[in-house]
Amino acid sequence: MSYPSSLKYTKNHEWLLIEGNIGTVGITNFAQSELGDIVFIEIESVGKNIKQDEIFGTVEAVKTVSDLFSPVTGKVLEKNEELSTNPDLVNKDCYGKGWIIKISIDNPTEIDALLSSSQYEEIVAH
Amino acid sequence: MKEVPLSKIHQQKGARMIDFGGWYMPVSYTSIIEEHNCVRNHVGVFDVSHMGEFILKGPHALELIQRCTSNDASVLTPGKAQYSCFPNEKGGIVDDLIVYCLEKDVYMLVVNASNTEKDWNWLCKHNTMGVEMIDISEKTTLLAVQGPDALTVLQQLTEINLSSVSYYSFIKGTLAGIDNVLIAATGYTGEPGFEIFFDKIHSEKIWNAIFETGKKFDIKPIGLGARDSLRLEMGYCLYGKDIDDDTTPLEAGLGWITKFTKEFNSSNILLNQKSLGLKKKLVGFEMIDKGIPRSHYQIFDNNKRMIGNVTSGTHSPSLLKPIGMGYVTVENSKQENEIFISVRDKLLKAKIVKFPFYKKKV
Repeated sequence: MSYPSSLKYTKNHEWLLIEGNIGTVGITNFAQSELGDIVFIEIESVGKNIKQDEIFGTVEAVKTVSDLFSPVTGKVLEKNEELSTNPDLVNKDCYGKGWIIKISIDNPTEIDALLSSSQYEEIVAH
Repeated sequence: MKEVPLSKIHQQKGARMIDFGGWYMPVSYTSIIEEHNCVRNHVGVFDVSHMGEFILKGPHALELIQRCTSNDASVLTPGKAQYSCFPNEKGGIVDDLIVYCLEKDVYMLVVNASNTEKDWNWLCKHNTMGVEMIDISEKTTLLAVQGPDALTVLQQLTEINLSSVSYYSFIKGTLAGIDNVLIAATGYTGEPGFEIFFDKIHSEKIWNAIFETGKKFDIKPIGLGARDSLRLEMGYCLYGKDIDDDTTPLEAGLGWITKFTKEFNSSNILLNQKSLGLKKKLVGFEMIDKGIPRSHYQIFDNNKRMIGNVTSGTHSPSLLKPIGMGYVTVENSKQENEIFISVRDKLLKAKIVKFPFYKKKV
């Protein structure tokens, strides 16, 4: 399984792409594979302020449901509207078309607490 | 954890294995939706060898079965099977099962894996008439071959005319060169198909033969995940979720297997419940608002009064919408009635619909 080294990771299996003070958030290849067929994704509204580690949405798979935890504190700037009709994009392309939200990075020091791809890989290997 | 004889093969096929009531079982091989659709459109094979099988023998075998089950097994003739349940001492359900009449005075009971021991003890407790009981669960492999192409695939492996085996009938014979295979036209998917029982020493041979002949029909191994979504689309009850020790067969909509023409454990309690009227009832519902119902979510009426609980729910791969089952108060159980499911503190609208959720297109 692949975990791009350009991304940061949470122990809850989200990834964060940092571009200046904007972050893009999705779930990892490990998470989508564990969940199986994703059929519905519920995401907080654009404009909502979320703290680091707070729930910003839920992913419903056929068999199970899992919460989404924000990697950083910030405001939801955008959500991937395509997921409302094609939630399986998260299964098919979790680091690309299956991105979930864009969030402002209000406190860049929080990024230090996130995992690198090798640290994350270590976690899911066990 | 206990393993089924074909456990290694499932792992080789890339199955995700889970602990299912103490059994190491395949939940999915590729994707639940893909496997589900494979059974609805082609043919799939489930290894359900974890299920329990008991043989009951002797002149009083029928008497014991009649005492312990709610359906009327006296109508069974050799080669016929019947869905039934064991009511407990308060009218709840010890387990649901299928009773197969193998020959005069010889029956096979097929029970849920996780209840095998409980059921065995329950039968022993009521076996005051000296019925010979043999637990053959350990040495039996059970494969369910289900889907519109199931018959064509299996027909190539046997001389028996399978189209003559009607629903809930069975026949014993040779399949893939193996003798003594019990081929039953039963299943848990709503599709035509067969459940085949045989000695576990032949597991690999029969599994491979089925997959070899099934190749051109796109046959696939199917995990417990799709087994659950397939049965739920049909509104079939799953023990431990939709029925248990605290629900009666009448509440669960299993009145059709509760025959008051005979006496059985708690028949008086159930008869009493029937004449007084039910308080709660198992219903099916589809979501109107977006969200997926899950077991134990609460159900409310339009005045925000709690009226029951969800017992099973999923996104239906055939209907492409979320469906669920649950108990609600009888006043709220009418079809088309609007109910609300509490999903993560939000009340989402749903409506009660008739079983089955899924009807085969003709």
